[in-house]
Formats: sequence, structure tokens, C-alpha cells
Amino acid sequence: MASVVPVEKKLMDVKLGELPSWILMRDFTPKGIAGAFQRGYYRYYNKYINVKRGGVAGISMVLAAYVLFNYCRCYKELKHERLRKYH
Amino acid sequence: MNENLFTSFITPTMVGIPIVPLIIMFPSILFPSPSRLVDNRLVSIQQWLVRLTSKQMLSIHSHKGQTWALMLMSLILFIGSTNLLGLLPHSFTPTTQLSMNLGMAIPLWAGTVATGFRYKTKASLAHFLPQGTPFPLIPMLVIIETISLFIQPVALAVRLTANITAGHLLIHLIGGATLTLTSISTITAFITFTVLVLLTILEFAVALIQAYVFTLLVSLYLHDNT
Repeated sequence: MASVVPVEKKLMDVKLGELPSWILMRDFTPKGIAGAFQRGYYRYYNKYINVKRGGVAGISMVLAAYVLFNYCRCYKELKHERLRKYH
Repeated sequence: MNENLFTSFITPTMVGIPIVPLIIMFPSILFPSPSRLVDNRLVSIQQWLVRLTSKQMLSIHSHKGQTWALMLMSLILFIGSTNLLGLLPHSFTPTTQLSMNLGMAIPLWAGTVATGFRYKTKASLAHFLPQGTPFPLIPMLVIIETISLFIQPVALAVRLTANITAGHLLIHLIGGATLTLTSISTITAFITFTVLVLLTILEFAVALIQAYVFTLLVSLYLHDNT
């Protein structure tokens, strides 16, 4: 009993049953994905950096995410260096 | 331990796809482009730094050399930011790869030499013979000067690679030593930790200095040739 999804709803307004059809409606072309990255970048930039009295938090969140990304990237090699009796 | 030491220098791949281009392009996100007269604090700080550096670096050049301003400033920003980002834990530093540093050094050096030969041919050729050399020594000296000219790009690239790689390796080694020493003797571990802190401060300085030296030498070669 899936109701018809009206066009271009925001994510918070979509009901849970309509979620798969909403996801399929999104634009997955390269232009759409580039647009999504651009929107995400400017959302972060305008909220944390492009403000009158920005602090160190804006850029340090980016650097922390970078460290986390690199940690996930090399986890495979790092797990052998833990201090355990049996690896 | 030997294999672990060098695993931070292999080209990073995730699920089989090399993500090196992403990592090389990451510092560009940290330099937003200014759009207004008075921007946010991050952009204002970066603008101030760029003005300070460009004034100091481009003051020695003639009008022709100052057309290289964009190239030199973007070079020092790229190398500086890449080196500093490499000091974060677990990150990959593209400037530790000789291939990338040669790819930066050879075209820039070749550009300066080609500019010199094209616009001031006699003066560029005259660089091969220092003033006041005794007549019998001239052939040998020309050979030596040619060799020293061709070694310039190799020296630029290898200097940057070796400095950054050596710094990262030292940090790995001393950090590992500190960790193993904590269970053996706490005081030695503390001393080693102090060495590690000092080394990290040095590495911050080296990151910036190497960027500066690279760019300064390119600008010096440019000055010789314009």
C-alpha cells in the first residue's frame, strides 16, 4: 500500500513508506551527483566558515574528518599493531 | 616492523581504486576563493599570508619575472599545505613520492631555462663560464657548469622528497620506541617523548621551510634567466 510520492519533497517531509520511491526519484547522473557535492560543500561552508566571527572549529572539523577517513583507509594494516596477546 | 615503517608511503587504494588524486586535491578545499571586499576570517588570514609572501618573494624580480607570480604563489601554497596535512596522524603525503616532486621540479626548471634561452640567449649561455677563469680550465669548467645546471631539477625534487620522508620516518621510529619503552623504563620513555615533541615541532617548521625553499629556488632560477 505505497502511496504515490509527490514531486520534489525534502527528506524530512517524506513518510517512511515512501522512502524507497523517493530515493529512486533522486538525480543520479554525474551532474546530479556533482550538484549534491556542491550543495553539501556550500551548506557546510556557509554554516561554519563564512560567518562573521568564525573560529577554529570550522576548519578543525574538516581536519578531524580527514584524519578519520585516513584511519579507516589504513585500518587493515593498523589492526596488526594493537597491543594484544593474540592477533 | 620494517614493513610497517614503509606502509604509510605506498599509494593509497580503497577497494582497489587508487584515491591519490582525491588526496592531492584535498588541500584545495581548505583555500576558499575570496568573493567580497571583506571576507570571513579564514579567507582574510589566507589573503594576508599570500600578500606577505608574494611581496617578499617577488620583490627581486624584474617585470618579466613577476609574470610568474601566480605560479610561484600557488606552488608555495600547495607544497606548504600538503606537507602540513601530512603531519596529521595516518595521513598520506603526496610530496613523499619522488614521482610527484620530479613532476613539479622538471617542468618549472625547464620553463625558467627555456625563458632564459629564448629572451637572453647570450646571457644564458654566458652562465656556463664564470668570470675570470684561467684559459686552460675553460673546457672543464663548461662541463662542470652544464652538469650543475642539469642537476638543478633533480636536486629540487630529491631535496623535498628526502626531507619530508626522513621526517615522517623519524616520527614513526621515535614514536614506536616511546611506546615500547613505557613498559621497560618510564624515565627513558619520558625522555623519548620529549624528543618526539621537539621533533614534531621541527617537522612543522620543515614542512613550511621546504615549501619555501622549493619556491625560492625556482624563483632564483627564474631571476637568473629573466
